Amino acid sequence: MIITNIESIPNREIVDHFGVVSGSTVRAKHVGRDMMAGIKNIFGGELKGYTELLTESREEAMDRMTTQAKYLGANAIVNVRFSTSSVAAGAAELYVYGTAVKIV
Amino acid sequence: MIDIIIILTLILLGYIFGSIAEKNHYKSIREREKKFMRLPTISLKTPLNPDNITKSRLVVGNVVISVDYFKRVLAGLKNIFGGNMTSYETLVDRARREAILRLKEDAKGASEIINLKLETSSINKSAKGTIGSIEIFAYGTAIYRK
Repeated sequence: MIITNIESIPNREIVDHFGVVSGSTVRAKHVGRDMMAGIKNIFGGELKGYTELLTESREEAMDRMTTQAKYLGANAIVNVRFSTSSVAAGAAELYVYGTAVKIV
Repeated sequence: MIDIIIILTLILLGYIFGSIAEKNHYKSIREREKKFMRLPTISLKTPLNPDNITKSRLVVGNVVISVDYFKRVLAGLKNIFGGNMTSYETLVDRARREAILRLKEDAKGASEIINLKLETSSINKSAKGTIGSIEIFAYGTAIYRK
């Protein structure tokens, strides 16, 4: 599965479109991470727990998107976009969408 | 009385550890930026040269960074008088550069990265609506050549 965020895949030809595919996850942080973040809010610096959490969630969302694309018979996804929104206090939704295509 | 002491201690701790962390972070950012100087990262949608492309794929990098207590108090004061919030400017600057560096680390062996997009979101911690910590997410398409 080739994924890009441009409209095409260089040196390959798109022969078929399957429409928009998307994946999303809603994740909440757990108490331990939240406490660490509280301490970090005094000293400043990177919140590694959150960085990992968001990376994992995005990977999960992308997995869901690729599963959907495979189901449709696509072998690539182009023009992928990410968006983040907070749905509730302490939880974030990570949404990823793109166009499933078949390339040769 | 005890409240004032606690707050002053927090400000002092935030100032000391925050400035050390920032200095070290900038140093490491500059070093790594030098290392990745030869990997062009552009926001154009088409590759610089369409020949010899063997592979292309999505690369990502993200970072969540928090502001320290001292800077938060400083920003609170700035809110009264207005003007540039330098303390927050350096925070987002550091975060963006770090996210782009992680993106470049993800794209090992690529000849260029095109269509770079940066997304900023704030993870709200405090109820007052001030920025507790921010997430910067960078993504783009890495182009590999022969």
